[in-house]
Amino acid sequence: MAALPGAAATGAVRTGSPISMLFKEAVVAAAVAALLALPLIGLETYDVSNGGLGIRTRFGWVVVAAATAFVGRPLLTLAARLRRARVPGGASLPGRAASWASAHRTAITAIGVGAAVALPFAPFASRYLVDLATTVLIYVMLGWGLNVVVGLAGLLDLGYVAFYAVGAYAFALLAQNLGFTFWQALPLSGLTAACFGIVLGFPVLRLRGDYLAIVTLGFGEIIRIVLLNWSPVTGGPNGIADIPRPSFFGLPFARVAPGGGLTFNSFFGIDYDPEHRVVFLYFVILAMALATNWFTLRLRRLPIGRAWEALREDEIACRALGINPTTVKLSAFATGAMLGGFAGCFFATRQGFISPESFTFMESAIILAIVVLGGMGSQLGVVLAAILLVTLPEFGRQFAEFRMLVFGAAMVAIMVWRPRGLLSYRVPTLRFSAAREPRS
Amino acid sequence: MTAGLSCRAGAGLPLLEVEHLTMRFGGLLAVEDLSFMAYADEITAVIGPNGAGKTTVFNCLTGFYKPSAGRLAIRVGAETLLLERMHGFRIARDAKIARTFQNIRLFAGMTVLENLVVAQHNALMSASVFSLAGLFGLPRFRAAERAAIDRARYWLDRLGLSERADAPASALPYGAQRRLEIGRALCTGPRLLCLDEPAAGLNPRESAELNELLLAIRAEERVAILLIEHDMSVVMGISDHIVVLDYGRKIADGSPAEVRADANVVRAYLGEEEDEAPVPLAAAPCLPRQ
Repeated sequence: MAALPGAAATGAVRTGSPISMLFKEAVVAAAVAALLALPLIGLETYDVSNGGLGIRTRFGWVVVAAATAFVGRPLLTLAARLRRARVPGGASLPGRAASWASAHRTAITAIGVGAAVALPFAPFASRYLVDLATTVLIYVMLGWGLNVVVGLAGLLDLGYVAFYAVGAYAFALLAQNLGFTFWQALPLSGLTAACFGIVLGFPVLRLRGDYLAIVTLGFGEIIRIVLLNWSPVTGGPNGIADIPRPSFFGLPFARVAPGGGLTFNSFFGIDYDPEHRVVFLYFVILAMALATNWFTLRLRRLPIGRAWEALREDEIACRALGINPTTVKLSAFATGAMLGGFAGCFFATRQGFISPESFTFMESAIILAIVVLGGMGSQLGVVLAAILLVTLPEFGRQFAEFRMLVFGAAMVAIMVWRPRGLLSYRVPTLRFSAAREPRS
Repeated sequence: MTAGLSCRAGAGLPLLEVEHLTMRFGGLLAVEDLSFMAYADEITAVIGPNGAGKTTVFNCLTGFYKPSAGRLAIRVGAETLLLERMHGFRIARDAKIARTFQNIRLFAGMTVLENLVVAQHNALMSASVFSLAGLFGLPRFRAAERAAIDRARYWLDRLGLSERADAPASALPYGAQRRLEIGRALCTGPRLLCLDEPAAGLNPRESAELNELLLAIRAEERVAILLIEHDMSVVMGISDHIVVLDYGRKIADGSPAEVRADANVVRAYLGEEEDEAPVPLAAAPCLPRQ
């Protein structure tokens, strides 16, 4: 305790070298912690057999408290100093992560896609993992689809799951009544959902912000309730079962083909393995998600995408520039809905069974949470948020009833830490320097 | 001078004719029986004390308000379009009227260059054929996009914004934002440019630059300009024609010299003078701003 003389004047002793100062601070903090911990932690009362109280000492814990303070105090100081030093530069740690991510977009994308392709063949891959990854990818695709509406066009849509449901039911009904296969029904599901997007879009053209959110929320519920009650067509709460599985270019994944024809395993001369289909589904949704990504990134750089963003920024200025807000809004709704419909079609074929229970408001909320947590308009952020939101409840399974609590706490933490989303950055759709090069 | 349409010899047909425009908000008569004309290749200023109804006139012209009564006609080629019957976005697209706003309305999160390219949305959109040609990068769309970027670059150079082309519009200083908004309006290829207080908040040097810019635009782009402004150095320096409003009515209409000498105008701006000689308007450059 020889270092203690400095304790009385920690505020004034700022002249020493940073290391010795940190050391002094640590010693003081440890001493204070030990003093406080001595009565609070160091002494424990216990019942004595005749109704009295005895006192036990727990000096080990006092040492732990003091040690924690000794290590923690300089760490806090260092963190505060780092933060202060960073202020001129402006960027915080997550902010720098976002700009780093935006600078290395191509590399991150390549690594991400490579990892996604290799995942089913990794030594640690299991059926459970591939299934989980498939779920993540469905949400990634939904997030990218909703990003068009919310992130780009700035139209807050709380009923996005309606389009997901429309896509799923469109495929299920086409398959059940007209014998469509997955690949035949996929474009039609998207189209049907896009039509529903336009149907929703018309009445809400004049609405913005909260009002729009409430109407879309209602729309989502209307679709679900219609599905639930229109029993003759949708099967009501019983849903629709026996939805056909996708085939590999016409080769079904089955032990024995229904018509006695070739199956995937007999065509390739390999043993039947139910995991083939799981892996195949994974690759189908991976391809669909990547196509969605390409499509939305491409649209963003087109006049329609810029008009969406302009609409988000200022609708009045858009009108003054001769942009028709009606078509711009409807196209955003239709595009987002179409992508949701594709995802719904995939969901139906993957589950083989759908019912209105899969399309509750909770789903809309999760998809919106993915977009908002990821950072509005950020494609990479959506992937991160989808992984987080889908796997977090999975990893929390052993905590049973606490996992939704942890989930909520994590979301609050992200919003406090990064109010604009995990990776919120905007890449310009055009660059002046790039536009100039070909000419000069 | 104070009522009816002033006919001007040798100026040809007017580009814009406003006849008996009336705008009523409930019991408030914001604009009452206003008639004036704006000619191609001229700068027409609309001035008046605060609350005189100048911005209301602009909002009627650009379709943000539906006038209660009156006729607003613009000549586009051989046709005459009636603005009061058109949707806001059609006025910009078909009648070729572009405007700026009193409180700047840029696309704040988008870059300066993007702001100028968005303004050319309609030309680009038709070249992209429902986005299909654009999606697959067909040469036709690429050429249209290159033309749009070239036009944006031209205005960036012209407005001195090239250095900041990739910065978000909100990061520009105030004067540059005003210039960018004018450039964005010009990128739509207008026949008539409506500027709502373009010099508000500019320092004297910036105002002088704005004067030069507006004169150059009129001369080179053959765009008629309709201007609301309180800064008399701008109004008197560059206007060919001034319309003065007070309480929603036109009180004077004529050349800067005529307007400056008009007793009604002096009264509206400076109040009644009992026995003193009317103070010329040029002596009162610091008029209240909104």
